[in-house]
Amino acid sequence: MNFMGYRRDDGKIGIRNHVLILPCSLCASETARFISSQVAGTVYIPNQGGCALSAADLEMTYRVLSGMAANPNVYGTVVVANTCENVKPDELIKRIEEKTNKPVKSVVIRDVGGTIKAAEIGVKYAIEMSREASALKKEEADISELILATECGGSDPTSGLAANPTLGEVSDKIVSLGGTSILSETSELVGTEDILAPRCVNEEVSKKLLDIIKNNEEYFEKLGESLRDGNPSAGNKEGGLTTLEEKSLGCIHKAGYSPITEVYDYGEMIDKKGLVVMDTPGQDIASVAAMVAGGAQVVIFTTGRGTPTGNGIVPVIKITGNSETASLMADNIDFDASGIISGEKTIEENGKELFELLMNVVNGQKSKAEALGFNDMSMARKCNFC
Amino acid sequence: MYNCVIINKKDSVATMTYPVKVGEYINGNVDKKALCLKALSDIPIYHKVALVDIKKGEIIYKYGCKIGYALSDIKAGEHVHTFNLDSRMI
Repeated sequence: MNFMGYRRDDGKIGIRNHVLILPCSLCASETARFISSQVAGTVYIPNQGGCALSAADLEMTYRVLSGMAANPNVYGTVVVANTCENVKPDELIKRIEEKTNKPVKSVVIRDVGGTIKAAEIGVKYAIEMSREASALKKEEADISELILATECGGSDPTSGLAANPTLGEVSDKIVSLGGTSILSETSELVGTEDILAPRCVNEEVSKKLLDIIKNNEEYFEKLGESLRDGNPSAGNKEGGLTTLEEKSLGCIHKAGYSPITEVYDYGEMIDKKGLVVMDTPGQDIASVAAMVAGGAQVVIFTTGRGTPTGNGIVPVIKITGNSETASLMADNIDFDASGIISGEKTIEENGKELFELLMNVVNGQKSKAEALGFNDMSMARKCNFC
Repeated sequence: MYNCVIINKKDSVATMTYPVKVGEYINGNVDKKALCLKALSDIPIYHKVALVDIKKGEIIYKYGCKIGYALSDIKAGEHVHTFNLDSRMI
């Protein structure tokens, strides 16, 4: 099965064609936004980190920012730095160039004499790239080149009954056609160890999976905190989910029944086919950001309570199994999966329809969050700001 | 008409697909067997109901898997949520 996309110089295929204005830090974010607002065809990332970071967090930030620049939906990147932040533009460009040979330029606000001068230079770079990007013609690509990110947020008990099993059908279909699907949110794998570990392709992958789940909970305990204080969330509980284990058992349905071929660190570049796991937190936006950095071109996001979230680089398709949410948040929800609960639809029928919607979006149709221009961004951290 | 979903025959709780009030009937189906019990609490839509009597400290099952422990004795037909179910035995 084929789709139409933009072939990049690094060989990858994008389903969107953005020029990325990438701030090194929170101090450069507003200038990056200013540049992006002047040039059609650009997106910027509201980076709320990038400075006062521990070594581990700095490494994670470099990985995520460089991964976003390397995402196949990005044509090229303009890096914007302030001057004194931990994330250095030269180092960031080096990390980007280790991942891709796509165009990249940079501007440092202090070096060029402030925001207005930086904007002048940044806008020139961005216009040049935007015009180059717009000259690209779409070409056919095999679906095996597609990386689907699966995500769930604002879950309620309908997520495990309807939305996640529907997404699971689509995930299995992508995998059966040779593509890649990512299961994430390590916090929401707690309690599913006995189901997921035997699904790993070998001992090494299975050990990695069990380790990330164990380390995640132990990390909070080391700080004298509990993972379970914030997960399930207040809204999850109001909706009827009681324990993290119950939530997790519903969550993993979104990954279908395929074998797990690899486990990746937060934001690491995905290089294996099949169903893979990425070690991300249960906070939806930080989890989506890591999968985008990993190279996912599209996200399917299941929700029970509803969420407006979207990502600037990749389209986010939202589905719910809660009929009330589907009608209350029709502005935000792309697919109503509640027919499974009312008995009007089977999981297979829903899966087929969702797959059709996915392919439409892959081929260029805007998801609702995309049409709204939503651009949420959050990055995981191990430590507080230094 | 069914007003709850029982996911797995091992489960000790079901998910309400309609809200119920005390005294109303809860009808479900598992493994081709019908199940009927009386609601002992008001239970909101999508919340859980106990399908069997559960003793304090016993494991509670949904999806055929452990979702936590009963914090108190729970009767079949009672609402199961944060006040009587937790990941850990307290």
